[in-house]
Amino acid sequence: MSDTKKKTDAAGFFTKLVRNQIFIPLAALLLLVIVNLIAGPSFFKITYSANNAGDMIFSGYPISILNFGSELAILAIGMTLVTAASGGQDISVGSAIAIAGSVILRVLCGNAGSHPATMQAPIIVAFLIGCVVAMLFGAFNGILVAYFRIQPMVATLILYTAGRSIAAWINNNELPIISEPEFAYFGGFIPGIPIPVPIFIAAICMIVMALVLKFTTLGLYTQAVGINEKSARLNGLNPTFIKFLSFVILGLCVAVAGFIKVSRLSTINYSVIAKDIEMDAILAVALGGNALSGGKFSMVSSILGAYVIQFLTQTLYRFKVSSDALPAYKAVVVIILVVASAPTVREKISSLWKNRKAHAKEVG
Amino acid sequence: MKKRMIGLALGVVTAAAMCMTANADELIKVGIINNDPNESGYRTANVKDLEQAFSEENGFEAKTFYSLNNDEQIDAAKQMLQDGVDYLLLSAAATTGWDTVLQDAQTEGVDVILFDRTIDADESLYVAAVVSDMPKEGETAVAWLESQGLDAYNIIHIQGTMGSAAQVGRSGALDQKVADNDNWNIVVQQTADWNPETAQQIVQSVIASGDEFNVIYAENDDMAKGAVKALDDAGISHGVGKDVIVMGFDCNKWALRELQAGNWNYDGQCNPFQSQYLIDIINKLEAGEEITEKTIYLEEQGFDATTITDEDIENFGIGEDATEEAETEAETTAAE
Repeated sequence: MSDTKKKTDAAGFFTKLVRNQIFIPLAALLLLVIVNLIAGPSFFKITYSANNAGDMIFSGYPISILNFGSELAILAIGMTLVTAASGGQDISVGSAIAIAGSVILRVLCGNAGSHPATMQAPIIVAFLIGCVVAMLFGAFNGILVAYFRIQPMVATLILYTAGRSIAAWINNNELPIISEPEFAYFGGFIPGIPIPVPIFIAAICMIVMALVLKFTTLGLYTQAVGINEKSARLNGLNPTFIKFLSFVILGLCVAVAGFIKVSRLSTINYSVIAKDIEMDAILAVALGGNALSGGKFSMVSSILGAYVIQFLTQTLYRFKVSSDALPAYKAVVVIILVVASAPTVREKISSLWKNRKAHAKEVG
Repeated sequence: MKKRMIGLALGVVTAAAMCMTANADELIKVGIINNDPNESGYRTANVKDLEQAFSEENGFEAKTFYSLNNDEQIDAAKQMLQDGVDYLLLSAAATTGWDTVLQDAQTEGVDVILFDRTIDADESLYVAAVVSDMPKEGETAVAWLESQGLDAYNIIHIQGTMGSAAQVGRSGALDQKVADNDNWNIVVQQTADWNPETAQQIVQSVIASGDEFNVIYAENDDMAKGAVKALDDAGISHGVGKDVIVMGFDCNKWALRELQAGNWNYDGQCNPFQSQYLIDIINKLEAGEEITEKTIYLEEQGFDATTITDEDIENFGIGEDATEEAETEAETTAAE
């Protein structure tokens, strides 16, 4: 008797899980883990060894995934809010990263040419100025979307097209290089700490966002506006401002991601930096099972989605998929994941499960 | 009344414009269509070189247009033909779609010279093409690598954007060599789309898999830099006389300094300084000579870390030089 009860509990748990938004990114993650385990458990080996600077650091696939997934996870936070509030996506984040990165390097170079021997400003000042500029560009997008009611994808197309040229213009078309090792800490390692710094930065962003969602009404208001703008307004909310705010927050995320990106190599290449990252960020939101038309959202699912994308990239490198075939493989996996995470498909799966259960009962 | 004012204003403007053209009569008018200088350090150097060479002091009146968009380039070319130019210098963003414009140019008697990139059009439509010999760049690099006399070559091959002329040329020679020799192996061959960060991830992935390698063949400097970063993180030595040979292309000044410091081993040149070749052709045409060769290859060489000199870096490097500036800065501080 208790045995059957346990079974139904388990079935109930499973149905709940399938219905839960986080199921798809979790399942994808699990699938990737299993595939890699079958191919050889060395994938999960983490080594602790000295780098060329003589510091002991951790390395291995799991560290690489967390490290290089950082920027995408940070962007996914902002993109989730924009998607939920405006029911559209910002496709200018890659270009905006180029701008933020360019501004940060410009401030650090000061008047000492593009290859200064020493940084001309404290890193924190450069970072804060980068934040302000990125938030201004976010505000620009936000005004177009919230006040002028332009489709988000069309509104952000402006910055998507112009952004990289603006980034190049900020540094007079030069490619600055910062040679001081301190600047490279934020995209690499701080001597004595064996874990890559981008992982910490991403963790801080997640904690801050979690606190904001827990202790403010931002999450509730954003969902309210996304679900039904009119009733949100009737309930005393200001949908215009909340949409605007989501773009400004995304701007801040862009600045942090841009900071990590330029720190990784201590330089910038305007046409290549964060190329196509907007597509990955949108994909992370979709993988997280969030409706791209706005409304309810799950931040955890989006972030998990971001790491799944990085996990997939790393897996494809591991299997040494040839250059020509790489985009095709990625496309196939993405199609499967996105279709599986579509609400209609999930509904179907859970109803199938229910039918099977009912059928089993009848037979029993 | 208003209409008349506008008419008057237009008249003044036209008169002024005519004055200007009259002044510039003895100058040779060239229209330069190039890719966006932001595309890369290479392109920035290329654009700068051309702008400096086709100046008024040198007897040219240059109209320039920069875009990575082929259609925009075609529109700009049409506009330039309407405005009237003597020569059209063209580095096309894409290889197709140029036939009509070039035919227009031919009927109007405008000579077209291609530089840096070729296009899919009949050879009769342009006077000459000044281009890099990308396959030769690859051959030079592979010949250099062979001269290192390793017992076994286990190569991480990081490719540029698939299908680009630089990628096809630079991959070709290596692929051939690996196919012909048993002791040449490709450990991994992967595109990093010219992106240093992707290159870093690819190399990190090879290191984590535990596969042995002793050569990194990166198809540009940026990707070589990313690859080296992965080596540094893993504590693998690289450069002259070390465990891993590092090869790059493009000859950025900062990359040549890495060579000089012995951190990298080889850098293959991709020559952006094309103005002199173009001016030579124009001078010949002005003097009424025939251009016999349709394709003119730029002189390009490879640099070895053990033999590179400051002069090489000064003469053949592109972009800004770090060390020099640091020195001048030190000098000014000393002077103070």
